[in-house]
Order: sequence, then structure tokens, then C-alpha cells
Amino acid sequence: MSTQHYEGAQNSGPQDPGPQHSGPQDPGPQNAESGQEEAQHAAARETTEGRVFTVTGGDWGEVVEAVGRADDERIIVNMGPQHPSTHGVLRLILEIDGETVKEARCGIGYLHTGIEKNMEFRSWVQGTTFVTRMDYLTPLFNETAYCLAVEKLLGITGDVPDRASVIRVLMMELNRISSHLVCLATGGMEIGSTTLMIYGFRDRELILDVFELVTGLRMNHAYVRPGGLAQDLPPGAVDQIREAVKTLRSRMHEYDKLATGNPVFKARLVDVGFLDLPGCLALGATGPILRATGLPHDLRKTDPYCGYEDYDFEVAIAESADSYGRFLIRLEEMRQSLRIVEQCLDRLRPGPVMVADKKIAWPAQLAVGPDGMGNSLDHIRKIMGTSMEALIHHFKLVTEGFRVPVGQAYAAVESPKGELGVHVVSDGGTRPYRVHFRDPSFTNLQTMAAMCEGGQVADVIVAVAGIDPVMGGVDR
Amino acid sequence: MNDQVPETRREQPVREIPVEVVGRRQGMFGAKGSGDTSGFGGLTAPVALPPASRRPYGGWFDEVADELEGALEEQGLDPADVIEKTVVDRSELTFHVAREHLLRTVRTLRDDPALRFELCLGVSGVHYPGDQGRELHAVYHLRSITHGRLIRLEVTAPDSDPRIPSVVSVYPTNDWHEREAYDFFGLVFEGHPGLTRIMMPDDWLGHPQRKDYPLGGIPVEYKGAQIPAPDQRRSYS
Repeated sequence: MSTQHYEGAQNSGPQDPGPQHSGPQDPGPQNAESGQEEAQHAAARETTEGRVFTVTGGDWGEVVEAVGRADDERIIVNMGPQHPSTHGVLRLILEIDGETVKEARCGIGYLHTGIEKNMEFRSWVQGTTFVTRMDYLTPLFNETAYCLAVEKLLGITGDVPDRASVIRVLMMELNRISSHLVCLATGGMEIGSTTLMIYGFRDRELILDVFELVTGLRMNHAYVRPGGLAQDLPPGAVDQIREAVKTLRSRMHEYDKLATGNPVFKARLVDVGFLDLPGCLALGATGPILRATGLPHDLRKTDPYCGYEDYDFEVAIAESADSYGRFLIRLEEMRQSLRIVEQCLDRLRPGPVMVADKKIAWPAQLAVGPDGMGNSLDHIRKIMGTSMEALIHHFKLVTEGFRVPVGQAYAAVESPKGELGVHVVSDGGTRPYRVHFRDPSFTNLQTMAAMCEGGQVADVIVAVAGIDPVMGGVDR
Repeated sequence: MNDQVPETRREQPVREIPVEVVGRRQGMFGAKGSGDTSGFGGLTAPVALPPASRRPYGGWFDEVADELEGALEEQGLDPADVIEKTVVDRSELTFHVAREHLLRTVRTLRDDPALRFELCLGVSGVHYPGDQGRELHAVYHLRSITHGRLIRLEVTAPDSDPRIPSVVSVYPTNDWHEREAYDFFGLVFEGHPGLTRIMMPDDWLGHPQRKDYPLGGIPVEYKGAQIPAPDQRRSYS
């Protein structure tokens, strides 16, 4: 590489390929030959601070020329990744002709955090603290799906105490409501209904308060653990949940009043983002998108887990296969979730919330502190002061973790967005060999192109809001 | 105790089932090199994946296996060539399919009315560096809403030739899933309409979720102590 050569080319501008002169220190035929292609690269020169590149973008002239040749009005618009109405860092690449979207593509990966890779370097229990951060609006679903898969590998699915399963269902259904509320709130805000946004976030706060009371945190709970739960419901939780359910139920009609029959709201949502049943199955869309086509596919009914077969609830469906149908489904699912939560509260019986096997159960009795869950001081006093064996056991399980027999397992739960599947592989060690999340947001986002192409630019926002993608889950 | 010995002897398999050993575990406490004075350092144990199962598989597993084998025979294929082995483990059914027959198999699984696995749940790559000649595994989960069933297909490819046919023509949903598996494992899905990176930047080098790709990270100081990066910490596996 000759710096002198580039200095010459630098002033000549990008339109002018080829070297203007060869530096005296760098003669030779090879330099003249490669000059053509080297002019495509950024010019570099050596300075006292190191090599400095001058980036000029050599192909801009070609781009302008190509656009000038085209006789139509097509333009390519980048929406995002920092657009407020794209749900986080989703990038939409739209080719539009006037107001019509000719082609639509997604650019994702801006929130990729390598959670799946990181989990291979932590113990099985630590995995829950990672998966809870994937789809951050449905943390309890991520945790439960992961724990169901690990329990399947351990062969302890049947040993999980009833109370743990009931509390898992209870927390998941509350989480379903909070996730749907965010979907409605952000979706409403994107089409200009700030009232819907305020209502949604106001009601979600009730649920986050419950989460904070039970798990210590509003998000990123790490509450569900392989074998059961981190800890039991604290005193007063049942009463607060009953109160929250009552309040939420009394406010459900507000969404109907505000949106369901609202002609402006309907004008934006009806027949927008259409995707029929064959399209859904081909593209793998599940959840409200699939149920909006009239197919009552819900894993809670078709492939029950955590004892869902014992609860009485209906699967909400719609026939319209559009964004409005998905909105109605979410509204109805929140009502059904409230029903399930009440059944859970009636079903709660005293008992353990962790498997009896002391080789798997987390040894510490955790307690909720001001900054989330932590070790209970009583437990620390006991192991440090009175029982050497308990201390050793605690140390081994916490630092080393338990071993999981070799094999692979797949567990799926019906998250608010669709089928959340977890594929877990173990090599018999104390760390996962491979964890893969089939996140519903990731798969459902593929339907964006089918929903938007041929429609209007403004409808892209509505269609994406109806898909309800959460980039933490899409990119993981 | 005594009458159990002949019982187990009679239960010995007639035909040797090949065990797929993917690794070897040494020691007990994760200390590599030196420092393990426990006496367990010389201990080695093979890591073997669950072996092939024998019929009957139980439940609807036999029905699916019969239907699939019958449908493959109708197409003039020998099921033994297509399905390398069938594993029933933890009440899940896994077909290990030869990669050259993958496309035909998934098409049959989707279109045969008795099978009808209409929903593909994506592909998950797994890298077994110790599985000689079959280092890269692609794992597909297929769900049948019609029959309420879930099966798993596993396809392998060697590191030296990481090509697997793309199933996007049968299950368009696998478009992004295959791009993800390519991005993270370097599995090349032949016939994919646009196999580019999806998570990592376009100019990224390497495939991050392969086992030979380091996690990276820097040591962190916490309350006066140096905490090593996660992949530098002692592993107990």
C-alpha cells in the first residue's frame, strides 16, 4: 500500500478513477495496474497520529445517475431503527411509490445481545436471569418456558409442586394482561390515541405493582426457577392481586368505550394488515395473528402445561384476519386472563413451591429486599453459624450448580405473542450446552411484508402494531 | 437380587446400538492443567447422546413413524436410507434424517394427510465439535395442529462441508430461522432465497455460537477483587 499514491487520488474526487501520479518512492507496474480498483477504497494517508482515511463515498454519482434514469416516483424510505413508532429498534425498509408501499423489508439485529451464547457459560439456574431479559414484556413466560424445558431434561416435570404450578399460571396470566396492555397502549399512541396509551400504562402499573410485591422487581424477575419458584407469595399478595383483578375488571369496559366501537379507531384498523390462515401457517405466525383468522389454536388448550387443562377459559378468536380482529382478541384475552387469575387464587393451597430434591432446589430461602430478591438473613445465619454441611451444600449448588442428564428437550408455552418454544440441549454438565428460543415476535415479524405490501404507508404502522413485536425477543 | 441378574442378561439388546459419543468429560471439579489435588483429575467419562430407540416407540409415535416410512416407500425411497435413526427420549420423538433427503421428508411430513405437520417451528443449530464428521446439527421442530402432535427432525453436516438443503420452499417461515442458523453456526442452507446474516453486522467475521468461537469479555473489578470474564471462570462441567 502506498500512501503517496492515495494522496494524489484524494483531491481528484470520487468521479475520477485512477491515480493522478505515482509517488517517487513507490514506482512499479503493479501500482498502476491496481490503481483502478484501489480508487474505490477510502483514501488513506500517514500522519503523526497514525493512518487517516478520507471517506468520500465513490459511488454517489452512480446512484444519482441511476435515479435520474428511472422515470417513476419510487423512493426507498428507511423507517427506524430509531423511529418511535417501530417498537424499539426495528428498521423497516420501505419502497414506496407515492403513498403505496411496493416492497417492505425488515432490518433486525440492532438489539442482539448474545443471550443464547452467554447462557452456555453460566449454570442452569443462572439461565433464568438471562431469559427473563429476552422479551422484556413477557419475562415470566420466558422463564417458565425455559424452566419447563430444563425440568423435562431433568425428568422432574411431575415433581413440581402444585402450588408452584398454580403461581406460575397466576403470574403468567397477569403478565399476559400487562403485555397486551402495552401492545394496546403503544399501538394506540402510534395512531394518535394518546388516551389509549395513558389508559394502558395506567392499568399495567397495577400489575407491575403486583410483580414488585411478589418478585421484588417490576421487570427481569428471575422468579421462576428450574424445579419451582424462587420463593413463595409474600404475605398480603393474594389480597393485593384480588384487588388488582377487581380494579382491572372494572376498567375493561373503558377500552370498549374508547376504541372498540370508535369509528376513527375502526377506520384505521379494519382490513389493515390482512393475513389469512394459509399465510399464517406458511409464515409460522401464531398467537393473536393466527387466532384472528378464526383458528382457535392455543397451546394452553391443545398442549396444556402447568395444569392449564384444569382451568375454565375460552380461546378468543376473530374472523376478520386484520388488525382490528387482533385488537379484539387481545381485549378478550385480557378478560379471560382475569378469569384464570381468579381461579388460581381460589386454587392456591399451602405447600412447597420447589421440588423436594435438595440436589436441584436452590438451597437459600430467598427474601425480597429493597433492591429485589436476595439471600434471606435467617438462612445465612443458619448455614454460617450452625450447620457446616448446609454451608457446603449451599456452596456447591450455588457455585457449581446441578448436573442435567445428556439429551435435548423442547418446551413451548402460549405467550401473549404466540408460541414461545425453547430448545435446550445438555451434555451432562452444569451448564446448558445450547439454548435456543423460538421467539414468537421473531417469527411473526416475518409476516410484516405480506401484511404491508400494496397498502399505504400509514397502514404499515398499524400492521406492525398489530404484530406486536418486541425487539428484545426478536434479536435476543 | 439374584433373580434379577438373568433378567437383565435376557434384556441385553440383540443388535448393537451405535452410541453417538460427542465428547469426553475429565475430572470432577473443572480444574484444567494443574491445581486439582482431589484425585479425581484422571477420571474420564464419555458424553453420549441418547441412542436410537427400538419399536414400539409408544403412543402415536409408532403411527407417525409408520406413516412416514410408508409415504417414503411410496416415493421409491428406502426409509432406512432417509431416516438414519429414530430416538425416543423424554417422551419426544426425533427422526435423524440424511441431509440429501431432508427436502423430500419435510414435504411428505407437511403434505401427507395422515402426518400433516403444517407448522414449522424454525431451525436451531447445535455445534458438537466432538462428533466426528457430523459436527453441525440442525434441529427442526414440526407441529401438527390437525393431529395435535410435535416431532423433531435432526440433520447433520460436517464442519468441512456445512451444507444442508433449505426448507424455505416448503416452510417459508424458516426464511429468517435459517438465516439465523447461518449467522450463528455457518450452516449453509442451499436453495435459500437470500442467505445473509440477520443478527450480526454484515461484515462480521466468524459464526459466534460455534463452540470454537470464544465468548470474549474482560475481567471486572468488584469490591476490590478481580472477577474474570465468564469464559475464563472455572467451569465445573
